[in-house]
Formats: sequence, structure tokens, C-alpha cells
Amino acid sequence: MRLAHSFAIENDFIRADCIEATEFPDAVAQHRVYAVPKTVINGSAYIEGALPEEFFLDSILKQLGIDPENGTQDSTG
Amino acid sequence: MPLLRESDLAEIRDRLREMASPVKLIHFTQELNLEYGREARMLLEDLSGTSDKLSLEVHNFLLEKEKVAEYAIDKVPATVIRDGKDYGVRFYGLPAGYEFSTLLDAILHISKNDSGLKPETKEKLARINQPLHLEVFVTPT
Repeated sequence: MRLAHSFAIENDFIRADCIEATEFPDAVAQHRVYAVPKTVINGSAYIEGALPEEFFLDSILKQLGIDPENGTQDSTG
Repeated sequence: MPLLRESDLAEIRDRLREMASPVKLIHFTQELNLEYGREARMLLEDLSGTSDKLSLEVHNFLLEKEKVAEYAIDKVPATVIRDGKDYGVRFYGLPAGYEFSTLLDAILHISKNDSGLKPETKEKLARINQPLHLEVFVTPT
């Protein structure tokens, strides 16, 4: 969770919510959270489990259609 | 029974000595039908008492529509961690157990104006120039 908050602090385009799963059953059902941590990206894509800093960011970049290696926008998105 | 014992408070006070600039906790809650609402508020009250650089503002989720809209809060209890700037850092629920430490980290990172990320991560993060919303589901243990 720390990473998502740190990403939000670092970049103004990013906002990050930490959600206690047990207290929000509706959100848990909506995003089919069966195990934690689970990260929801822009309400639709998912990252399961806790990843190291660089892998977590690369997974997010891929979901956004940004090549983690050279930063170019992938037109297939 | 208080949620934080005197020994916990001493430890928190110690950690928050690292704070550089003031940080504000903006808490949204409601009186009724909220299982851990009272606990969350009490915990934040105790926490904000441990450093004179930390302040707490409490808002009613049902009555203060403008504030709720300003911070885009959609469920409670919710806590915004900010300073002069809103970074989009939110905590939903009672920050107990391991997640309490996540809250302290967010406070310290904002206070020290340092995300704590590696230089190469910061560089890569700058490639994101479109709105990104991350929701991380956790449990207290």
C-alpha cells in the first residue's frame, strides 16, 4: 500500500486509496476481491498481490499502454 | 478502552519527531450505521495528539456535501492526508494493525516532502501524464 500512496505523492496525475476490505463489502464484491492486497487501476484493471517497487510500477504502466522500457505510448493501448 | 496504549503513543511520538512541515488529517465520518466509525475517529484523535505538527479536521459525510465533493469521498470512514496541497492520498476504514503504520508512512512522506521512492522509479513515474486512480484493498493483519 505504501507504494500507491508514494506514487500519488510523487505524481499529481495519480490518486491512491487504501481500502480496508473488511469494512467495505460492496467495493469488495464489485471488484471481486478474494485475496489482499489487490490493486484496482482506474476502476477496471487489476494487480494481484504485493509487488516490489519496479514491478508494481511496470504493471501499472503496461495497463496504461505505456512501454515501461522507453516510455512511448503504445497505440494499441 | 483506548485503542492506543501509552506505550504505543510513546512510540508514535518518537516516529513523528521526524516530521518536518505540518500535515493535516481530514476525516469524514457519520454517527449512525458505521461499524468502526467511532473507533476510527478516536484513533485519529489520539494520533493527532502525538505531534504539534499534526492536526485533525472532522467532517460529517451526510451533512457536509461540499467538503465531500471537494475531496471526492464516496464511502466512510475516510481520511485524507495532506498539507498545503492535496496529493490524492486517502485511507478508507479504520487504520488498525499493519495499516496504521501505512498511515504513519504517508504522514511522514508528505511532511518530509519525499515519497521515499527510488530515483529510477521517480523518473519512470513522470511518464504518467493521464489521470490514474489506484485503489488498494488491504486487511488489518
